[in-house]
Order: sequence, then C-alpha cells, then structure tokens
Amino acid sequence: MEQILELKHIHFAYHNMDGETPALTDISFAMKEGEFVAIVGPSGCGKSTLLSIIAGLLEPEKGLIRINGKFLRESTTNIGYMLQHDQLFEWRTIYNNVILGLEVQHMLTARTREKAHELLDTYGLKQFKNAKPSELSGGMRQRAALVRTLVLEPEVLLLDEPFSALDYQTRLTVGDDIGQIIRREKKTAILVTHDLSEAVSLADRVIILTKRPATIQQTLPLIFDLEQDTPLNRRNAPEFKTYFNLIWKELNTDD
Amino acid sequence: MTELSSGQKQYLHRQIRRRRIVRVSRVLILLSFLFVWEFTANVGIIDSFIFSSPSQIALCFWRMMLDQSIFLHIGVTLYETIVSFLLVIAISILVAVALWFSDKLSEILDPYIVVLNSLPKSALAPLLIVWLGATRTTIIAAGMSVAIFGSILNLYTSFMTVDPEKIKLIYTLHGNRFHALTKVVIPSSIPSIISVMKVNIGLCLVGVIIGEFLAARNGLGYLIIYASQTFKLDWLLMSIVLLCIMAMGLYSLINLLERIYRKQL
Repeated sequence: MEQILELKHIHFAYHNMDGETPALTDISFAMKEGEFVAIVGPSGCGKSTLLSIIAGLLEPEKGLIRINGKFLRESTTNIGYMLQHDQLFEWRTIYNNVILGLEVQHMLTARTREKAHELLDTYGLKQFKNAKPSELSGGMRQRAALVRTLVLEPEVLLLDEPFSALDYQTRLTVGDDIGQIIRREKKTAILVTHDLSEAVSLADRVIILTKRPATIQQTLPLIFDLEQDTPLNRRNAPEFKTYFNLIWKELNTDD
Repeated sequence: MTELSSGQKQYLHRQIRRRRIVRVSRVLILLSFLFVWEFTANVGIIDSFIFSSPSQIALCFWRMMLDQSIFLHIGVTLYETIVSFLLVIAISILVAVALWFSDKLSEILDPYIVVLNSLPKSALAPLLIVWLGATRTTIIAAGMSVAIFGSILNLYTSFMTVDPEKIKLIYTLHGNRFHALTKVVIPSSIPSIISVMKVNIGLCLVGVIIGEFLAARNGLGYLIIYASQTFKLDWLLMSIVLLCIMAMGLYSLINLLERIYRKQL
C-alpha cells in the first residue's frame, strides 16, 4: 500500500535563555493509508511536540517529513488536528463552530456547507446546530470538534489526547465513539495519549517513546482475532491484557 | 405554571422585601439631604450665599433653561466628551492590535506607555493649549489624554491573555495571525472592551472638564470656573449636579450596550 506519511530522522529542541532542552532525537516512522497509530510515552516526553511538527506548527531542526511523497512544506494534503480540549467558541453556535475552518481557508461554498450539515446530521448533532457549546455534554462537544476537523476532509488526522479532559466514563464511550467514526471515514490517524488502554483499544500499531529527549523505543503492531474489531470488543478480548502489560513493561524498563 | 412550595414563597417574599428596603432607603437619603440643606439655608444656619440651596439651584436652572443658555453648555460638554470617548476607543483598539501583532513593538514601547500612563494628565492640559490654542480640539485632546494610555494597556493585556490553545486551534485549521485576531482575540475580548469603555467614559468627562477649566468659552467646566470667580454659587452647584446626571446617563448608556451584547450572546 501507498505510504501516506513518512518521518525521517526528526530532531527538535526547545530554546530559551537558560539553555536548550532537546525534545526529540532521531524519530523515524512511516504510515500506510488508513492506518491508526497510537503514540505513548512518559509524560512530558515530547509526544505533543511531535504532532505539532507533523501538523507544520513547529519546524524540525533536522530531518524531513513527506506526505503523499511530497515535502510537508509543498504538500497540499490537508492535515486535521484535534486538541486536548474541544475549544468550541462560546460566541458561535455549533454550526458556526463547525464551519470555522472553512471560513479560515476561504472554502465556504454551498457544497461545503452541505457537507457540514451532513456530518452534523450523521453524528447526531442535528438538533444542536443552533445551540451554544455550553448546552452540550462533554461527549457531544468532542463530536462537534471532530466534525469541525472532518469537514475540511483531512487525509491525516492528528489527535492530541483528545479525550483526556473528559471524566473516566465519558472518556470510554467518547473514545470508542470517535475511534469508530475515524475507522468509518477511513482516515489515517495518529493518536497521542498517556492512557495505555485507550491506545490498545483504538490503534493498529503502538509507538512507544522513551523519556525526553524522546526516541522510538519500540513499535508494537496490535493484532486482535475478532469478528467485529471495535474498541469495546477489544477491551474484552484476551489479547488486550497481554498488549497492555507488554507496553507497560516497555515504558518502565529504561529506568 | 407549577405551584410554588412554601419555602420558595418565603424566599421570594424576603428578596422582594429586601429590594424594596434598598430602593426606599436610597430615595430617602436623597430627599432628607435636600430637605436639611433647604431648611438650614432658609432659617440661616448655613449661609445661602456660599452654600446656595436646592430651591435656588432649581430656580437658576429654570432661568437658564428659559434663555436657553444651559443647553449650549450641556451640549458642548456632552459633545466633547463623546467625541473624545469614541476617539479613545478607536485609537486604543488600533494600537492594542498593533502591539498584539508585534511582540517586538510592544516590548520596545512598553516603558513609554507605562510612563505616559502614570503621568498626571492634568499637567498636559496647559501644554495642549499652547500647542493647539484655546479651541475645542484642545479640550477633546485633554479628554483623550486622560483615558487613552490606560485604555491601551488594558486592552493589550486582555488581548494577550486570550487562551493560547484557542489561537493554536486557528493555526491547526491552517489560519494565520490575522484570522487569530478576527476569529478569536477580538470576539473573546468584547467583555473587556466594554469594561474599558465603562471606565473611559468617566475619565473622558474628567479630562474634558479640566480642559474647559483652562480653555473654554462655554461648557459646564467653563461655567464652574466662571461661577467660582464671580461668586455665583447657584451656577456652580447647578453645574456639578448636571455633571452628576450626565456622568450617570453616559454610564448607563454603556450598561445598556453591555446588556444588548449579553442578550445577543
């Protein structure tokens, strides 16, 4: 299959007057189209930095990123980014929040408006189109945030701990929910998380990072023998615990 | 309509009573103040030449209304205050936006704005007269000088405290800094813009009155100075009462604006 995303020898460091803090050293991996990769690692190891680099918000100091064979700079591939908090604007209705990206990219046409309505209808937000974000539950807000990303038709989705702000019960259902939406839309996705069970239940492959400065410690493909491979079924499968413990051990070996 | 429980009824009753007491007390204080003033002036406990009296002030206002001179003075002061207020708001938003756009610029200008903000602005008024002459422009400039620097500082601070994650969102949607300004910074700063307006309308009035003290042929500030020099205490106190009413009116106008904004939100 075609490689949609390729990272080669990425290095990155933060600078301030007190000195330099290396965040990433020599990160290389590639992703196939439609693949779902989870990145786990100790907190503060630079997971989010990696996403920011892939999204083009930060410039790597060394290394290169190719998307669909083109360098990140020249690429026209749309990359969607979901942040930790939904960041829906209280002064806009849900519909107006969803079309924010279209507004910014000057893509607001009859067709894209139609698409926004379709997505809102599909994902159960039909009756909330004219509601204010504060009228929605945490899970619904996260769905609206996902629609805001999906309406731009991104080929690669970056998820930066998008469920961590939710309480535990909502996190489980929303995580499963969003995971299935991404599978249905056949998006290539990278999920950054510190929740190992979230990573195991959602991803095709888990990349384990070391402590800062982060390098890839191990890449672990997840294979589940399930008829219906949903996040919920995975949590009940026998392999789940095995993978969980494996990742747990990996994370704790480098001390 | 559901039946209210007796606890809720009692609560509502207490609240209504409380509100009534507050309202009646407010009016009572004003009325008794006016009564004591009028009474003591009439029986000669205080000198009505120096302290005037409510009835003399009202009479004075009535006379000036008949010859229509009072409208000129109120109109001039009101006009100067509103013009300087609108200019302050427009200029301070523009400057705060410029400072927000370039953190280098804001770092360079920071000490100047701080110094200008802490300077007692009444010291500038004589200078403005020399530069701009004893004209209406001078008075408007004096009104602006009192409010503008604080206003810039407040707006800039509010622009800078916008949640950085919200701005990051705009960048993840492939927007630029201009989008961050128009889609996030300005909309989320509207409450602070309104509160800056509330402070400024009063400050502009202060500046305008200072300006009128020094360089005017009409306006309430001029009236106050003229009256104090000619010992027309009726005029002086009437002008102060009119200023109170004007300040209150302008302030409630902005309150109204805030309420409209809240409702529309």
